[in-house]
Amino acid sequence: MGGMAAPQVAPVETPDTDEVPVSDRPWVTIVWDDPVNLMTYVTWVFQKLFGYSREKAEKLMLDVHHKGKAVVSTGARERMEHDASQLHAYGLWATVERS
Amino acid sequence: MSMFRRQGDRYVATFAVDEVRVLRKVASEVVGLLTDGFDHTDPVVGRLFPDAYPEDPAGTAEFRRYTEGDLKTAKIDQAGAILAALPDSAGGEVRLDAEAAEAWLRALNDARLAMGVRLEIKDGTDLGEELDDAVAEDPTSSRVFQLSVYAYLGYLQESLLNALID
Repeated sequence: MGGMAAPQVAPVETPDTDEVPVSDRPWVTIVWDDPVNLMTYVTWVFQKLFGYSREKAEKLMLDVHHKGKAVVSTGARERMEHDASQLHAYGLWATVERS
Repeated sequence: MSMFRRQGDRYVATFAVDEVRVLRKVASEVVGLLTDGFDHTDPVVGRLFPDAYPEDPAGTAEFRRYTEGDLKTAKIDQAGAILAALPDSAGGEVRLDAEAAEAWLRALNDARLAMGVRLEIKDGTDLGEELDDAVAEDPTSSRVFQLSVYAYLGYLQESLLNALID
């Protein structure tokens, strides 16, 4: 992502999904880091599209920036495809996968 | 360089004639890319329409079948919002309502994504350095012009975003 240097954040625990059968796992929408999108813009898109608070949107943006990607929404496959396509309309690099 | 600022419920910028020309050019290029020139093997198209399932070409194709038409229309419309709001030939003022301002934000972003692919902008790319190198090599080159436009669009997008968030 472009833009100014951001403060480092602590890593977040991801839930352990090993015990859940594959077919019961929800789908997720993932946003990947890219060198063009401005950090402020990515935060704004997360707030706009998902109604996330500024804090949550900023945290997700920083995850994308520092870790290369972040899960931005979770749910049914059709819903995730809708989210991905909306994110594409805003120019974010989004993919869908089973969590 | 012009910046957007908020005036009541409008987002306003005054553009010089060169800026109008550049904005018209980049918005028209995006429209061209999405209409006549639409080609999935073009890396710019690949970036504007990412694979939803990178590991699953059939899933990606299915996703495209349902979403690509609408996405293409949305992107053409948002580039069109730039063309529609620009003054005709000379420089002048652009006044956007909230809806048009958001369309501009997305369209400026599409134009920057397209240019970023062509200019091979990477994560650590220092724009100032790139520009210095390009100028040292040939100050009249197209790369110098493209890098300047890319930097300008980022600056303009950020000013509009700040005015919206404000």
